[in-house]
Amino acid sequence: MGIRVLKGGMLTTVQDLGRTGYQSQGFSVAGVMDVRSFKIANLLLDNPENEPVLEFTLIGPTLEFTSATIIAITGGDFQPTVNEEPVPMYTALYMNKGDILKFKSARTGSRGYIAFSSYLKVPVVMGSRCTNLKSKIGGFKGRKLQEGDYLNFRIKRRYLPFFLSRKLELDDVNEFEKDETVLRVVMGPQDDRFSKQGIETFLNSEYTVTSDFDRMGCRLEGPYIAPKESSDIISDGIAFGSIQVPSHGKPIILLADRQTTGGYAKIATVASVDIPKLVQRKTDHKIRFKPITVQEAQELYKKELKELDQMRKVIHKPCKEVLDCRLVAKRVSKLFDGANK
Amino acid sequence: MQNIKILTAGDASLLIEFGNEISPEINAKITATVQLMKEQHIEGVVDIIPAFCSLLINYDPRVLSYDELSKRMKRLLKMDIKTGEAGRRVFEIPVCYGGEYGPDLANIAEHAGLTEEEVIKIHSSRDYLIYMLGFLPGFCYLGGLDERIHTPRLANPRLKINAGSVGIGGSQTGIYPLDSPGGWQLMGMTPVKTYDPDREVPILLSAGDYIRFIPVDEEEYMRIKELVERDEYQCTVREGEV
Repeated sequence: MGIRVLKGGMLTTVQDLGRTGYQSQGFSVAGVMDVRSFKIANLLLDNPENEPVLEFTLIGPTLEFTSATIIAITGGDFQPTVNEEPVPMYTALYMNKGDILKFKSARTGSRGYIAFSSYLKVPVVMGSRCTNLKSKIGGFKGRKLQEGDYLNFRIKRRYLPFFLSRKLELDDVNEFEKDETVLRVVMGPQDDRFSKQGIETFLNSEYTVTSDFDRMGCRLEGPYIAPKESSDIISDGIAFGSIQVPSHGKPIILLADRQTTGGYAKIATVASVDIPKLVQRKTDHKIRFKPITVQEAQELYKKELKELDQMRKVIHKPCKEVLDCRLVAKRVSKLFDGANK
Repeated sequence: MQNIKILTAGDASLLIEFGNEISPEINAKITATVQLMKEQHIEGVVDIIPAFCSLLINYDPRVLSYDELSKRMKRLLKMDIKTGEAGRRVFEIPVCYGGEYGPDLANIAEHAGLTEEEVIKIHSSRDYLIYMLGFLPGFCYLGGLDERIHTPRLANPRLKINAGSVGIGGSQTGIYPLDSPGGWQLMGMTPVKTYDPDREVPILLSAGDYIRFIPVDEEEYMRIKELVERDEYQCTVREGEV
């Protein structure tokens, strides 16, 4: 009862919202890169908010289902197929025993997510099921998936109410197509380490995503950001989306697998709601930064949570076809009622 | 409170800078603040990450806003934080120095112009404060290495250093918690696992604790190693004077 990995793809790992609470002991938080796509995938299946999913990067996996379940695919558009037939994303999909799920190259975005209604069976390590590649713990044997791996499900859950309503018309997939992204940032904690000119350069220049882009971080190429004296600081803790600028003056945005602490000044931090936009980019995409206040960033975060709540409502409304069915069923049952009397 | 700065680190983290130097006094203040925060159990705080002279607080903006948390922290920092009252906890870490356990001990001795025995004596005769953990799970940044045995890192880092290796890198000394590449000069090995993901408490040491290295011979090393494998070994923890 589970899935067999026929091809591992480039980097497919089991992820949830991360192993929080242990950063003080030197453990990277890890977890999904694109939190929004992750949440939507689970939401489509009424899964718990932190239910682990498969995250894949640039080249998707090929999976064989050895039992029936329901899945949802979100994130970049990897043109998924089931038994060679195209299937929609952002939609609950019924999978039968023996079905084969494949992906093509990423048309838009760079990371995809698969959620399962039957829940992936991987052990909880220090409070999380996510894979920490560096420490080799969590997820599936602490590593990325490869050909021949077999993942079990935890439960049988092959029915979801309002099944036909479980699809979302979102702009997410097309958002990943845009050539330029504006990332909203909260300045600090060490913006005072940079010269006035350095800050202006950072906020008014175009930066390019380099190929040095993995789960740890994303290096950008672009104009030199000048520090006041030195960009070296006494090591301190690093947040998700911190933008550190080492002495070479080029920003590096630190992501899910970031080291826990670091010794370079951090000029700003990407707003939580904009991190998904960054992590879905590919090499050569253009990035600009726009400063907002921490209060504004927190409002945006809350607004997105409301948007997710709204989605939850949409997928719990009976769709028209079902309503018609119900009407017919009611009439039929009345007929039977009459016959029984 | 004058020198303490509360800074934004995005919309889900807040950084408190206690100063801009590495000193046991500042670090003690941070340890005490962490302790106080744990006692107060502030709802919405997800992780508290102490460093040499700062504290990063990760929080859930759904539960707690920046304004609320920074107000709360300002109040907490104004409190008369008593440092070091509980006395220091010193973990005794047995180390088998030299030979195949510490292939660079001769290097260190040569660089210092001392004998290997003198290096061991110097290294094992003081308590080291754990300023912070980072870099690798359970990796402790220790302060207070005697200047006489400061040794530059290897010109060619090793591709694999075994877990338990004890070494010197520049002005720092420490223990590798897991197999890792690295450029430190290796002086010995400890059989104690400072990190074990299968243990109930995976990480043995915390910031604010102290370490004392205790030289042991190979026979004692093997004896302790066996106990560790059977999960029957416990480090001696001494209550040191403040």
